[in-house]
Amino acid sequence: MPDWSKEIRSALERLNLEPTREHDVIEELSQHLDDRYEELLAKGVNAQQAYQTLHAELEDGRLSRELKSIIRKAHEPLSPGSSGPKKRLFGGLGRDLRYAVRQLRQSPAFAAVAILSLALGIGANTAIFQLLDAVRMRLLPVKAPEQLAAIRIANDGKGRTGNFFSNNSDLTSSIWNRLHSQQQGFSGVAAWSAIQRNLSQGGEARNANTLMVSGDFFSMLGIRPVLGRLLSPADDYRGCGTQGAVLSYAFWQSEFGGRESALGSKLTLDRQIFQVIGVTPPSFHGVDIGKDFDAAVALCSETAFEQKDSWSDDPQVWWLAVLGRLKPGWTIERASAQLAAISPGIFTASLPPKYDSINKANYLTFRLGATRADKGVSDLRRSAQNPLYILLALSALVLLLACTNLANLLLARATARQREMALRLTLGASRLRLTRQVLAESLLLAVLGTAVGVGLAQLLSRGLITMLGSGRNPVILDMSLDWRVLSFAAGLAGITCILFGLTPALQAFSTDPGSAMKANGRSTTAGREHFLLRRILIVTQVALALVLLSGALLFARSFRNLLALNAGFEQDHILTAEFNYSALHLPQERRPAFQKDLLDRVSAIPGVQSVASTFIVPISHSGWDDNIDVPGGPQRQTIWFNSVSPSFFQTLRIPLVSGRDFNDLDTPTSPRVAVVSETFARKFFQGANPVGKIVTDSGKPDKTYQIIGMVKDMKYQNLREDFLPILFVSSTQDKDLGEGVTLMIRSNDSMESLASAVKRVAADVNPSMVLTLSIFRTEIKEDLSGERLMANLTGFFGALAIILAIVGIYGVISYMVARRKGEIGVRMALGAARRNILVMIVREAFILLGIGTLIGTAIAIAVGVMARSMLFGLKAYDPVILGSSILGLAVIVILSSLLPARRAASIDPMVVLREE
Amino acid sequence: MAPQVFDQQLKKGSAELLILTLVEHRSRHGYEISKLIEERSGGALKFNVASFYPMLYRLEERGLIAGRWVEKAGQRRRRYYKLTAQGKDVLKTQRATWLDFVNAIHRITEAENA
Repeated sequence: MPDWSKEIRSALERLNLEPTREHDVIEELSQHLDDRYEELLAKGVNAQQAYQTLHAELEDGRLSRELKSIIRKAHEPLSPGSSGPKKRLFGGLGRDLRYAVRQLRQSPAFAAVAILSLALGIGANTAIFQLLDAVRMRLLPVKAPEQLAAIRIANDGKGRTGNFFSNNSDLTSSIWNRLHSQQQGFSGVAAWSAIQRNLSQGGEARNANTLMVSGDFFSMLGIRPVLGRLLSPADDYRGCGTQGAVLSYAFWQSEFGGRESALGSKLTLDRQIFQVIGVTPPSFHGVDIGKDFDAAVALCSETAFEQKDSWSDDPQVWWLAVLGRLKPGWTIERASAQLAAISPGIFTASLPPKYDSINKANYLTFRLGATRADKGVSDLRRSAQNPLYILLALSALVLLLACTNLANLLLARATARQREMALRLTLGASRLRLTRQVLAESLLLAVLGTAVGVGLAQLLSRGLITMLGSGRNPVILDMSLDWRVLSFAAGLAGITCILFGLTPALQAFSTDPGSAMKANGRSTTAGREHFLLRRILIVTQVALALVLLSGALLFARSFRNLLALNAGFEQDHILTAEFNYSALHLPQERRPAFQKDLLDRVSAIPGVQSVASTFIVPISHSGWDDNIDVPGGPQRQTIWFNSVSPSFFQTLRIPLVSGRDFNDLDTPTSPRVAVVSETFARKFFQGANPVGKIVTDSGKPDKTYQIIGMVKDMKYQNLREDFLPILFVSSTQDKDLGEGVTLMIRSNDSMESLASAVKRVAADVNPSMVLTLSIFRTEIKEDLSGERLMANLTGFFGALAIILAIVGIYGVISYMVARRKGEIGVRMALGAARRNILVMIVREAFILLGIGTLIGTAIAIAVGVMARSMLFGLKAYDPVILGSSILGLAVIVILSSLLPARRAASIDPMVVLREE
Repeated sequence: MAPQVFDQQLKKGSAELLILTLVEHRSRHGYEISKLIEERSGGALKFNVASFYPMLYRLEERGLIAGRWVEKAGQRRRRYYKLTAQGKDVLKTQRATWLDFVNAIHRITEAENA
């Protein structure tokens, strides 16, 4: 019988049928021809002729012609197959992705865990980066921001003395005026100062962030009004009084409902009446990043606010910041050089006459210089930058941890699919193609995780902003997504994909089809090198979790230290009330009696235990420092002053160690007396009782104080500082009282009812008096918002790390136990006791824990050193924290390895060996 | 040449109907079908392998017949075809159409002859 299959195959050749179909057709047709052949032979046709007859039927090409239109050609090779018909690098990428989607849909739990953990990691990173971007990297939304420069004293050690009235008190008016007329490198320079001014005409104060700006501020920045006009040089002239005010867009919306009729309306700022002349565009929030402004008025209006104490005329009042726009062709360096050149003239001419010789000599060394200001100026940048970098580093570790977990999960999946891979390789798939397909799954996970993460980041970053700011000082930042944030997120997606996708991909790449097929997924000697990879993953996880855990504990302890800190006073049950009675125009001689009356009335409020006035409210970040001379002892020593009324120490519960408190017998005419802190006594009298000793205000021999008492130490400007040497003077001896007084009121009553009682008192005394109330404890707590942010976030990261580590370590050890079932079975068959098996698994976990701990400790110490300046009352390598972190991790490792170890120990060797 | 071409077309046109009819009540393999056509037409209709199987596959492709491999003890496996539900419907209409056509032809030729 002739073999027809060859002839049929050659007839079908050009059709490129699917192999199975071609095989079927050949078989069917061969049978037919065999039957016909036999039939012909039976009819008496000789073999030769029969063959030729049938052969002719196949010869004429009709078969392939007829079949062509009917039978579908073979599909292009399936995705896990070869590199596709056209061997392009990315040929079939779409199919890889579709295949990846199918794979993920097959295991939705895995996909959900993977995407969620990635989203958390990427979300946290993106949120923090978004903040950094807003604080550090965004250009000011003004015309050509790259030409802007800030002009300051370039060599300002700590020699500037005088009064400082804002966060950006760089220059005095007299320096600014001379700088304005003598500089050459800038096509325009403008001065500004941000000050809170009261909107209400009496009663409780309502503050507006007011920008005082020189006439060319808006034109120099290139800001155009959305309504009306902006301030111009014509508005800023000496003696201008109070005229036009420009509103920010947000303030226009909130206060004037965005009505055009707002133009021409009145705006009261610290009881001065301005007329609204225009509104700035919504994108403009001033030049101080993190802050917003409500209204802007001309610099010259300052004299209307301060009247006879005008800052503009006082060469010791530092209150201005200056920005300039470089002339075309001028660089920052060249402009700085020109500023340095004109500096000696400027500082000689503006020398404050009241300075003593040392201050004068120091003042004359000052040189002006310019620095880039394309991103605006920012206090926040200084204060938030380091915490944000640390948080970014820690959140990167969380992401890394999530990635190692995912790598593990994917690796386990890849191992389970090793036989499939091997089969594909045997069938001719290229290694590159298989690797790419594994990577496609990772890529898909990364992209989905990033998409969810970026959405999460929007919520997180807004939460972060509120945590960064405080009720009184909200942080305002432009958090819209920009290309930097988006490329950061995309970069994260790429990096994470490579991080967790690479190991399984490499495994797919290096699959040896022969051994993989033979191993059949389980063997006594399964994959030594794969265990190595997994062991590395466990070590990494332990190390990362240790870093995050100890970081969380460090910041939590630091925060708790600050909360539990003995500040030297009792902060509960105290209301701070700031009265401003400048509206009453009281002459100097009536002010002491007025203040005494106010104090007495407040003392009479039911529930009030004690009341005292203070010039500096503790922990308000304000201070009053000056130099003193100790006769026969140290000279020109910087110390901290406060002017307080009698019973201040009683109100704040600061214990008097020796001597007496101030009393009403201390009057402007009696000898000056002072109370000092213990640190003061230690510093200047070597701990001896200072009562009776004399100190003198340096350079002012008329100001000599006799020390009448010593009190325990207290924190002065902030909680983080060491105890400072403080000298308290009595406000009852003050010959020059201002038009305001701050009272600290201790009461057992609730703060709310106390506040309304104080408001009633103020209204009774005079309704036009302006009052600002705050709860002392709340203010102190807000001072710790930065620490709270760090403690909360690192705590969150720490918790995340623990969960990820438990899942990861448990997963890996269970997997290793499952894979070593055969080996364990053999060991047990050869006489190993269950206990030995248990110990073997746990011991292995402990070795990995040990290595991970060593690496983690090193990194944790490095992170601690980086964060040292942010820690309070702790060393960067606090042994207790490191110890408890290690202990915590050890517990986690034991717990997550014990379960799989017990499972290993309960293996029945007979069952396992039979499976083999 | 012309009559033979006509023959070819006629053969092809009728072949579908013939195949469907043969697998209507029982499944048959390809050789059996082609053999039956040849026998029952008294040798007037004959298909060679290169034109018969493409026809079978076309019917299968259109879903009118379904083929499957059947193994019987001691025999080579063979592919058996049977009529599908869709094939039944098509067979019904084709039969009716052919009958109408044959009748029409018949009426015309009878009338001319009468």
